[in-house]
Amino acid sequence: MNRHLAVIAVLSGAALFTLAGPASARDLTVVSWGGSYQDGQKIAIFDPFKAKFGIKMIDEPWDGGVGVLRAKVQGGNADWDVVQVESEELAIGCEEGLFEKLDYAKIGGKDAYMPAAVNPCGVGAIVWSFVLSYDGDKLKAGPKGWADFFDTKKFPGKRALRQGPKGNLEFALIADGVAPADVYKVLATDEGVERAFKKLDGIKNDLIFWKAGAQPPQLLASGEVVMTSAYNARITAANEKDKKNFQIVWNGSLNTIDSWVILKGSPNLAQAYEFLNFAGQASVQKDMTKYVSYGFTNKKAMEGVPPARLAVLPTAPENMVNTQVIDDEFWLENLDRLNERFNKWAAR
Amino acid sequence: MSGGGDASSLEPGVAPEGVVPLKVRLRRAERMRRVKAFGLVAPLLIFVLVTFALPIITMLWRSVEDGEVSAALPRTLAALKEWDRKALPGDEAFRALSLDLAEARAEGTLSAAARRLNYDVNGMRSLIMNSARRPPDAAAADIREAFIALDGRWGGIESWAAIASAGGPLTDFYLLGALDLKRGVDGSIARTSPDHAIYLDVLGRTFRISLSVTVLCLMMAFPLAFLMATQPAHIANLLTIMVLLPFWTSLLVRTTAWVVVLQNEGLVNNLLQGLGIIDEPARLIYNSFGVHVAMTHVLLPFMILPLYSTMKTIKPHYMRAATSLGAPPWLAFMRVYLPQCLPGIAAGCLLVFILAIGYYITPALVGGAADQMLSYFIAFYTTDSVNWGMASALGVVLLTATLILYGVYSRLVGGGAIKMG
Repeated sequence: MNRHLAVIAVLSGAALFTLAGPASARDLTVVSWGGSYQDGQKIAIFDPFKAKFGIKMIDEPWDGGVGVLRAKVQGGNADWDVVQVESEELAIGCEEGLFEKLDYAKIGGKDAYMPAAVNPCGVGAIVWSFVLSYDGDKLKAGPKGWADFFDTKKFPGKRALRQGPKGNLEFALIADGVAPADVYKVLATDEGVERAFKKLDGIKNDLIFWKAGAQPPQLLASGEVVMTSAYNARITAANEKDKKNFQIVWNGSLNTIDSWVILKGSPNLAQAYEFLNFAGQASVQKDMTKYVSYGFTNKKAMEGVPPARLAVLPTAPENMVNTQVIDDEFWLENLDRLNERFNKWAAR
Repeated sequence: MSGGGDASSLEPGVAPEGVVPLKVRLRRAERMRRVKAFGLVAPLLIFVLVTFALPIITMLWRSVEDGEVSAALPRTLAALKEWDRKALPGDEAFRALSLDLAEARAEGTLSAAARRLNYDVNGMRSLIMNSARRPPDAAAADIREAFIALDGRWGGIESWAAIASAGGPLTDFYLLGALDLKRGVDGSIARTSPDHAIYLDVLGRTFRISLSVTVLCLMMAFPLAFLMATQPAHIANLLTIMVLLPFWTSLLVRTTAWVVVLQNEGLVNNLLQGLGIIDEPARLIYNSFGVHVAMTHVLLPFMILPLYSTMKTIKPHYMRAATSLGAPPWLAFMRVYLPQCLPGIAAGCLLVFILAIGYYITPALVGGAADQMLSYFIAFYTTDSVNWGMASALGVVLLTATLILYGVYSRLVGGGAIKMG
């Protein structure tokens, strides 16, 4: 990208903001992941926000990708103000200066949020988790952690992991006795990578790989596998909608956080802060857990969540024991190479 | 064209004053016709240019473009111009780097450059980003020591060589990478380490799967197309509909249907177990078998239709003549019928093969980790790792290999023999 263009874009955005002030040209635009998730957000966050503040606001869906944000901000015609991004987009976009640096004083202070949800460029919106899951109707005494996942004697049958190295190398190391807090330290060394692949070797013939988040519940439902890695909300949704009895093992799970960011040069900065502040309220986040089983980021949002609901949230205190936040820095740096290594391993 | 009088009464070639000669008028009419014809084709031509030629050219360009580092570290690159790559560069390179890091960080160009360098040397991303957070003062006397104290990797030639060779504006880095090659510190080309050299294998796998799917399609399509071409109309129509119905169904639906059929508790396994043929469910999916079955099924119509349309034109008398002249059926088939089918076979094979080469979603859904074709890696680099240079380079490799194969194929079959019917 032309750096002059970027400078002009940022300057003109800033100029527009100072000139236009509160009387902005267009309505506050909030962008999220679409689907049933955004439908839930509409009821729990967007509509109450509009009603309470009388702010005109529209919401749009997107599919992710830092390239989209880059084009919007550097192209100078950003028509979005607040966007929900994944942690990798947060890291890259923050480095490239695509997001406003947040003033936490305007959104309740850093102490209101869980430490991992506080980032200079974005504030955590939800926590989701990469977990081990099995069908409670088929396995009465199910696995307790990743060590059991890798134990084909104790639990014969096929198991599924997501295609690619991400997550799987961590799980292999946890199964091999590495504490979740130390996995990235170990993975940073060549010996650590070898160790992870060696562990995967042990179950290679019993492994199949899924690609889309919808597959793990199907693989469990059809009896194709006895256990699988999965996204937690998919498992809960299958239990609710299809009356399944899939169990989630939180021990050794990997968490990641989606965050709200304000695009650099937003003409609706004040309203955007107002929105972030509202979406970060404990009561709003608590409401949101009714619709999707993602974890909250406000420390107080737990109060008042029914125990049955709390049990399927990644941020319930008992579900956070022995878990680890996915290290985006590590994967940004190593994904290409470890993906090659993974495919070499798979083809062998 | 009202200027002419009675042109037919004139002698050819001789035109009176003020009258346009017939020859010129004919040429004008001809030109008008051509402009009109072109005008009619123009929308399609522009469409093809914009949606087909342009993306391919962009892809070719992206696979050799290398501008991120020169945008972020111009002074460093200038200082490294004369560097011999044998020992650490001089202090001026370190000073330039210090200035560049601070400026590029402020402008937001550094992250892209760091990512680009990380493709070459693992760890460069964090090295660059961390160093830029607190770069040593460019005016410091012991700038070199300051950098090395900040991170020991600045004392390695490898890091500097990565910067020096990423100066652009063009690079062969991605294309070499797509062929399991890379340049060493001294600029010579060497093989990628065996743990990471996967793309030639994947390319071979892509062609192997495509070829066997093509052969399977041909083996199944030939008898069916023959039946369609030789049966009375009502049966032939029924068969045609049975071929076209799945053809009209979404690719995704057909692929997922195979998951239902082939899985452990699926129809096939239940049937085989019910009949007592097997005790344990056989592994029919998430492996190469599943990929072959699903791809053959999805691509079968592309083989049947050209075959059918060719066979339809073959008159039955030829075969009768051959048998009446004493040829046994197999000989008549081999010498008379088969040669006339060749254009259809050639077209069908080419169509199926080329479609198969680019397959992505079917192997992704019914294949195992070791059955992913080149498109999977292109998708990975496009969406997962956002390494578009590598994605483009793999695309270029696939395109080139396909063109070469097509060249060989049309030479073997004879260009004119490929007919869609």
